[in-house]
Amino acid sequence: MAQRMITVDITSKRFGETPVLGPLSFTIAPGETLALVGPSGIGKSTLLRILAGIDPAFEGTVTRPEALAFVFQEPTLLPWRTVLQNLLLPHPDLSVDAAQSALAGVGLTGKDTLFPGQLSLGQQRRLSLARAFAAAPELLIMDEPFVSLDPETAQSMFQLTERLIAQHRPATLFVTHDMREADRLADRVLTLQVSDRGAVLG
Amino acid sequence: MNASRLTPVLSLAGLLALWVVAAMLTADAQILPSPWQLGAPFAQELASGELLHHLGATLVRVIWAFALAMTLGTVLGIVMGRSAATNAWLDPWLVVFLNLPALVLIVLCYLWIGLTEAAAITAVTLNKVPNVAVVIREGARALDPELDAMARIYRMGWMARMRHVIFPQLAPFVAAAARSGVAVIWKIVLVVEFLGRSSGIGFQIHLYFQLFDVAMVLVYAFSFITVMLLVEWLVLQPLERRARRWRSA
Repeated sequence: MAQRMITVDITSKRFGETPVLGPLSFTIAPGETLALVGPSGIGKSTLLRILAGIDPAFEGTVTRPEALAFVFQEPTLLPWRTVLQNLLLPHPDLSVDAAQSALAGVGLTGKDTLFPGQLSLGQQRRLSLARAFAAAPELLIMDEPFVSLDPETAQSMFQLTERLIAQHRPATLFVTHDMREADRLADRVLTLQVSDRGAVLG
Repeated sequence: MNASRLTPVLSLAGLLALWVVAAMLTADAQILPSPWQLGAPFAQELASGELLHHLGATLVRVIWAFALAMTLGTVLGIVMGRSAATNAWLDPWLVVFLNLPALVLIVLCYLWIGLTEAAAITAVTLNKVPNVAVVIREGARALDPELDAMARIYRMGWMARMRHVIFPQLAPFVAAAARSGVAVIWKIVLVVEFLGRSSGIGFQIHLYFQLFDVAMVLVYAFSFITVMLLVEWLVLQPLERRARRWRSA
């Protein structure tokens, strides 16, 4: 499967009259990992949603692969479905065996029949990571995947993410506030900064 | 059995005692028979098969109207809750139908469609659809946009999204609409039968109203209340418990 370059070319994105994103463009090569940094509220999450295709209301063009995965700030699991179903429902082609080994890969062996509410927050985050990697995405988008965790859990989540990225090599864009995270995980760092036409790349 | 479980039993016993006292004070079985005076007419109606025939007729109408009203109301509620434009168009209609007296809808359905089964069920359904739609609309407005985004990113199919993402979020609202729905629907079905059907509990109550037979009116009313209590305990509550299993796990 020949993987193509992911290109983002945004002319403008507004919420009503307020410009959020100004003209900005960048590319992500297959297997490349990019960190996105910038002050709170500048539009990092908006940029991720445009890249993911869940916010189509912008001017510009984005080319992205079909197979993409998104790790939200919150685990965003289906609380009324079991751990195993949370993997299988978004990926109907996944076999139960593959799902079980994906769970084992994030340290959730034996938790498959539990409901997400019975897991700790750290375990829920790991399940959401397993869900993201389960279908071998070509593009992985993560919105502050390590925030609001205690330092120890954050550290183990970070190492797990690092390992999974090295294993699957998706093109990756992730938002972070921590420059050490950005330096360790990313090949390049994109910085969003304020301009009068909305946020642009610095 | 602890005090809190005993309370409803005591409360119902109190109501029964009140009835007995009232019957004694009235001292006229023609106006208010005492509870045990209903036994003979009940046995007679049961033995003749009349009671079961009319109970069945009413129950079938309740089931039809309930299924139709829940389906239409849920679809309407989801569409209105998800699309502000559709809501702006349909909301005034909803207000009109919510405030239209049940009796008006019933009479109009009989006048326009005729004294038929279809008219009866249509009338009951139209009476209930707006209530269901209003409740489900609230649920649809409260849907989690992040779960929606997740379902779109992982390209979950329409059916899977409805079944595993949308519907579980709407379940408490559907349960609320169903609970109040059953109660309202069977009361309206009785009115519909009273006015224009030749079977059902409402028809029998009409008949015994004209004969001034209070005992028979009570026999038919209590029989159907019993059936609806059984529906509540044997169907609705187990379904609700199943839908809530993940919360208590």
